[in-house]
Amino acid sequence: MTGFLVIAVLVLFAVAVWQMNKIFQLSQVGKSDDSQIANDKDNSFNGKLMLYFLVFFYVFLVYGFWQWSKVLLPEAASEHGKDVDLLMLISMVIIMFVLVVTQFLLHYFAFKYRGKQGQRAVFFADNDKLEFIWTIIPVIVLAGLIIYGLFTWTDIMNINEDDEDALVVELYAKQFAWEARYAGEDNTLGDANVRFIEGMNTVGIDPSDPDGQDDIITRELRLPVGRKVIFKMRSQDVLHSAYMPHFRAQMNTVPGMITQFAFTPTITTAEMRMNPDVIAKVENINNIRNERNIALAAQGEELLDPYEFDYLLLCNKICGASHYNMQMKIIVESEEDFEAWLAEQRTFAQTMNP
Amino acid sequence: MSTEAHNHSAGHDDHGHHHHKDTFITKYIFSIDHKMISKQYLITGLFMGIIGIAMSILFRLQLAWPDKQFTAYEIFLGKWGADGIMDPNVYLALVTIHGTIMVFFVLTAGLSGTFSNLLIPLQIGARDMASGFLNMVSYWLFFLSSVIMIMSLFVEAGPAAAGWTIYPPLSALPQSMPGSGAGMTLWLVSMAIFIASSLLGSLNYIVTVINLRTKGMSMTRLPLTIWAFFVTAIIGVVSFPVLFSAALMLIMDRSFGTSFFLSDIFIAGEILHHQGGSPILFQHLFWFLGHPEVYIVILPALGITSEIIATNSRKPIFGYRAMVASILAIAFLSTIVWGHHMFVTGMNPFLGSVFTFTTLLIAIPSAVKAFNYITTLWKGNLQFNPAMLFSIGLVSTFISGGLTGIILGDSALDINVHDTYFVVAHFHLVMGISALYGLFAGVYHWFPRMFGRMMNKNLGYIHFWVTAIGAYGIFFPMHFVGMAGLPRRYYTNTAFPYFDDLANINVVITIFAIITAAVQLVFLYNFFSSIFYGKRAPQNPWNSTTLEWTAPVKHIHGNWPGAIPHVYRWSYDYSKLNKKGDDYVIPGQDFVPQNVPLQEDEEELNH
Repeated sequence: MTGFLVIAVLVLFAVAVWQMNKIFQLSQVGKSDDSQIANDKDNSFNGKLMLYFLVFFYVFLVYGFWQWSKVLLPEAASEHGKDVDLLMLISMVIIMFVLVVTQFLLHYFAFKYRGKQGQRAVFFADNDKLEFIWTIIPVIVLAGLIIYGLFTWTDIMNINEDDEDALVVELYAKQFAWEARYAGEDNTLGDANVRFIEGMNTVGIDPSDPDGQDDIITRELRLPVGRKVIFKMRSQDVLHSAYMPHFRAQMNTVPGMITQFAFTPTITTAEMRMNPDVIAKVENINNIRNERNIALAAQGEELLDPYEFDYLLLCNKICGASHYNMQMKIIVESEEDFEAWLAEQRTFAQTMNP
Repeated sequence: MSTEAHNHSAGHDDHGHHHHKDTFITKYIFSIDHKMISKQYLITGLFMGIIGIAMSILFRLQLAWPDKQFTAYEIFLGKWGADGIMDPNVYLALVTIHGTIMVFFVLTAGLSGTFSNLLIPLQIGARDMASGFLNMVSYWLFFLSSVIMIMSLFVEAGPAAAGWTIYPPLSALPQSMPGSGAGMTLWLVSMAIFIASSLLGSLNYIVTVINLRTKGMSMTRLPLTIWAFFVTAIIGVVSFPVLFSAALMLIMDRSFGTSFFLSDIFIAGEILHHQGGSPILFQHLFWFLGHPEVYIVILPALGITSEIIATNSRKPIFGYRAMVASILAIAFLSTIVWGHHMFVTGMNPFLGSVFTFTTLLIAIPSAVKAFNYITTLWKGNLQFNPAMLFSIGLVSTFISGGLTGIILGDSALDINVHDTYFVVAHFHLVMGISALYGLFAGVYHWFPRMFGRMMNKNLGYIHFWVTAIGAYGIFFPMHFVGMAGLPRRYYTNTAFPYFDDLANINVVITIFAIITAAVQLVFLYNFFSSIFYGKRAPQNPWNSTTLEWTAPVKHIHGNWPGAIPHVYRWSYDYSKLNKKGDDYVIPGQDFVPQNVPLQEDEEELNH
């Protein structure tokens, strides 16, 4: 059946192309011009198509923003994320403006100056003033963007490790799962190396290091709201990337070295679930899932669970067959809830000597 | 000229070439004639392109309908598509080989190899490349590397699958994925041979442009195509050896137990002995080639476009010197921006700042080029041959794709779109689609020169307009998918209910992709049928000024039957008027070929 459909589609496509070719040929009736070089008719026809294409381009652009901007990420849930979003907005406005203007000029000129027999092109080879202007304008605009961008970047990446108040968490990556290691009472992570991995010691903490005894290893990532979190990242096998899109945060995990990233979560999971954009998005997703469920039910297959919003940690560096499913749930909650949860978890010492 | 063409054997005696009888083998296979080698490059490149694009359709099907079964998988993927379900490993292999083939085999060898070979000798007025033999070796090494790359598809455990950037440790450890076994070995061997081929070719192009220009062909009279090919070759010579060293070290790590890129690894329940290497070192080495590589891909396309837009606008290219300067600036900057691929890899954040700075600088010469193209159209007399349409299309996609580069090049913004579909959309528009448009433009424009026949223009128009809509249809929606936070190289998005609302965008993208790929068949049909049945081409179909159109239609070894033409002017004297301003320099003819001396009533420009 599929094979038949494929053949049918191919045949119809070939017919369509043949017909279009016919139309092009018929539009050139009168002149038996088979030189295969564009004549006035071709120029006029393609010139007009340039204009239609411009219209298509704008309509598609508007349709895209109208229809698809609802799938975008909701507001940033971290302190620095707001700066990133503002910089993104400014950059987007600038590039959209340039895009709309340059595409207009390009396609409109193509239409306006479409060739005609006897039309004389203007010999216009150089104009220093014009060229200076459109060199200097990008220079100024880009200088602004560069400076703004660099300030934002430096703010994000300058991690003050002496910050006593900051929570230190290790993100540990392996094919194809994440683990989190909290630094415990002393807020200092114990030394670790893959060579210590054995049995219950899944992230390779050095058993002789006193700093490591109170470390807590978990399969979900909970963060207290409003407190800075310094992430130390390791990988035991290949490259992975800890991508937390809602927090505008990402850093690769590299075997053989420790990478880091820090941010302060500002919105709890519960608050984010009440965000109007998120409510709309979740509703849309659940509608899609319900529709799929109808089809699944008809086939007698397992139904999809209703979806509830949660922050995500995804792997964003190709790491093997199950790269697409290497994820961990992130929960942002109040400081008290967080402390209560953490107190329930077993420390490394408890795990190793039950 | 055309009468001389028929009389070419006499011509041969004139310039003292030994006319040895060409056998089939010396003429079509082990040819040392640059025109034949360019055809070999083109046809090999097109063949690889068919494979690369077919692969993209397979993985687009998987992305759009992850829960459907397709017989196509069973047919093309065999055991990896059993029951019409695609294996996750083969999905990664498809994206890897698609990237490798399109970047290196189609857009580097197929584009630069074809047109550098065809045009450098013809446009600078040389009989052939500086070394015809090296040129032949270059092609056959390319052919060999293509064969090995294709062979790797049939390896038991599957071809290389670590992404076209083959970052270790994933690419170094066969335990980490099946594709990192024999498939990766073949990939590395193939690329090593490819690099040798590219270096031989590039050195040849450089020497030819420097030494073999005809009398009067000063550097400032060179067509922009030659400038682009020349600078591209220089970038290639500077950066490809670095990839070779990276590949060599990776081979050592894989096969001989060294630890250049590996350290502290626990995999498959076993601790490896590797200690002290850095995966980030590989990324530096890779992108030291990898970034210039995208300019190796796009600069020839921009050069081709400059020539075609000027010819078909019947106007000189606007700001010739600025165009040359921006090619040089792009080439220089391209070698100091590689770190923008590595903002979040664990590289020192201060380095990130430096690379943000250099990266955004590269937008300036790119902007100058775009504005100059637009101004070239202004008040022209545009002849919409298919080549011209593709050139305008290139400017359009180059702008659209280039602008999003401003976001990706900004390290602070890159954090959240790094390795998402936003990147995929960006680079496909700015260097994938744009360079392919350059390739198509070049084929339509120089087909008469290559094969002595014309391609069908109506099929060309269909090809262009469907492709133009399709290309934006594929890559414009993809930006939204990326900004929604969807990582690239995911076999399916169904593991994340959060991304369920992206499914219908993926369907839209795939439908556009299928239509766009299908219309390329029109091009292939047009191309191959025109080789044999196309209308015979006149000497100079596009009324162009450059030297290649002064050579006879029939190919002869040595290009010109008589003496090599001398050059008296730059290549952009289109619609130039005489001093009185009442007619063109040559009355009734809106172009002055480069080999025409300065006319009496003509104002001399500083070219």
